[in-house]
Amino acid sequence: MISKEEIKHIADLSMLNLSEAEIEKYTENMKDIVEFANSINSLDTDGVTESAFALDSYNVFRKDEIKESFDRDLLLSNAPSSNGEAYSLPSMTV
Amino acid sequence: MRDLTAYKAHELNKMYQNKEVTVPEVIKAYIEKIKRDDGAIKAYITLCEDSALKRAEEIQARFDAGEKMGPLAGIPIAVKDNICTKGIKTTCASKMLENFISPYDATVTKKLDEEGLIIIGKTNMDEFAMGGSTENSAFFKTHNPVNLNKVPGGSSGGSAAAVSGHLAPVSLGSDTGGSIRQPAAFCGVVGLKPTYGLVSRYGLVAFASSLDQIGPIANDVTDIATLLNVIAGHDEMDSTSANIEKKDYTLALVNDVKGLRIGVPREFFGEGVSEEVREAVSKAVEQFRALGATVSECSLPATDYALPAYYIIACAEASANLGRFDGIRYGYRTKNYENLQDIYRNSRSEGFGEEVKRRIILGTYVLSSGYYDAYYKKAQKVRTIVKKGFDKAFEDYDILLTPTAPTVAFDIGSKINNPLEMYMTDILTVSINVAGVPAISVPCGKDKEGMPIGMQLIGKHFNEETVIRAAYTYEQNVKKEEV
Repeated sequence: MISKEEIKHIADLSMLNLSEAEIEKYTENMKDIVEFANSINSLDTDGVTESAFALDSYNVFRKDEIKESFDRDLLLSNAPSSNGEAYSLPSMTV
Repeated sequence: MRDLTAYKAHELNKMYQNKEVTVPEVIKAYIEKIKRDDGAIKAYITLCEDSALKRAEEIQARFDAGEKMGPLAGIPIAVKDNICTKGIKTTCASKMLENFISPYDATVTKKLDEEGLIIIGKTNMDEFAMGGSTENSAFFKTHNPVNLNKVPGGSSGGSAAAVSGHLAPVSLGSDTGGSIRQPAAFCGVVGLKPTYGLVSRYGLVAFASSLDQIGPIANDVTDIATLLNVIAGHDEMDSTSANIEKKDYTLALVNDVKGLRIGVPREFFGEGVSEEVREAVSKAVEQFRALGATVSECSLPATDYALPAYYIIACAEASANLGRFDGIRYGYRTKNYENLQDIYRNSRSEGFGEEVKRRIILGTYVLSSGYYDAYYKKAQKVRTIVKKGFDKAFEDYDILLTPTAPTVAFDIGSKINNPLEMYMTDILTVSINVAGVPAISVPCGKDKEGMPIGMQLIGKHFNEETVIRAAYTYEQNVKKEEV
């Protein structure tokens, strides 16, 4: 059974702030959803290997060649805050 | 005056070739229709009126100059708003990306442009493609053009509604667990999820990278095959893109299923599948038999485990993929911050909607210390079993036939407060993504209120042509009024 404390902890790991009402709601939702997820436990998977996806390809490499990159101004045009050359952030030190 | 929005893409192409109509005339007709009807349907987030008209003039000039043009040149297309379009907003129907303008084109967008298709708008969806009704859009709900009180399905609800409402002849959607096929079924149109790896995901905003696939939505199978020709193919920008020989899928538009072996997996007709859906699909089974296919019941025993495994895998991958939204490089940034932690936490908390947060929490939970083996690793093993189940069924059958969704489109608002009930609407489509195989949804009837019912035809990995041939044969032989 998933508790409110667990939801708070998971939200913390996810970098999400939840209000008391949200914690309440998500705890309630997650009870049903986790119970549903638990239903996979009744399938015997002994000796079965995991699949990361449906195809057989594995570690696709390409040559490490220098190619034209994106224009800096174009990339910075989507930034919430920049000084024209780099992303702007508040100081990292406390 | 004839209504130019009533035609299929292949019909418009003939009209362009015969100089019966010009590309700008068609684009203008669609823009007028969108302005008239989309206030009620709300399929589009962004309408690209100016760029579409400008592009129409350019394409027309090439037709006029006698240049050899592809079969979809000058055809308007609606693109789901999680597919990057350079210079046009790509919002994912999220407050997080409300003002995001991609600095590059997705590979599929580039291919559309090279073939002369014209992007007429970007369509509404469940936020970050998470949902089955398009009610999770941060901006507005899309309405089903067949009945405006019903959902269009989701998450590609805007793309399906645009085609169904004749607000675009064709569109692109993305399908992680049914997000092309289920809305296609709900809106009475055709939708194909290609084999995982057939279409490049470069520039598709990632939800669950091991399951996501871009695919076409159209009013008939011919347009599906023609558009698949444009978007399929290897791309070195997507390491999961399959390096296989390019095919011409229009060669599969053959009206013949004689000798085709069709399996009908009994697990897809369980509890929750409505009587009318059952009847319509059973009738389609009989029609295939009458057309010379051999049809028999079969079994996909791990089907019940595919849905929980899907939600574990999809949410785990989503929680990792959505970690990139930090309020720094692009996307929403909170106004309320003093330090870096505040930027991360407040931007994410204010920028993501309820369902997205729910899935990030579930995904983080199944990946967290102590739960990883029980959920994530276990689900990856279930994936192997589900995939083997399909491989085994395909030893005896060329195609598997099921309903696309357990019911017809439901009322707007009727499931939104029950997430688990909403997840159940994917029950017949998710195992196809888990196995990575291709599947198409084609209309196969209506319920007594006139809501469309879809049938799903599933094929082997990279065997889209058999899926297309079966769907095309059905479409050509079943009277339009029946479906």
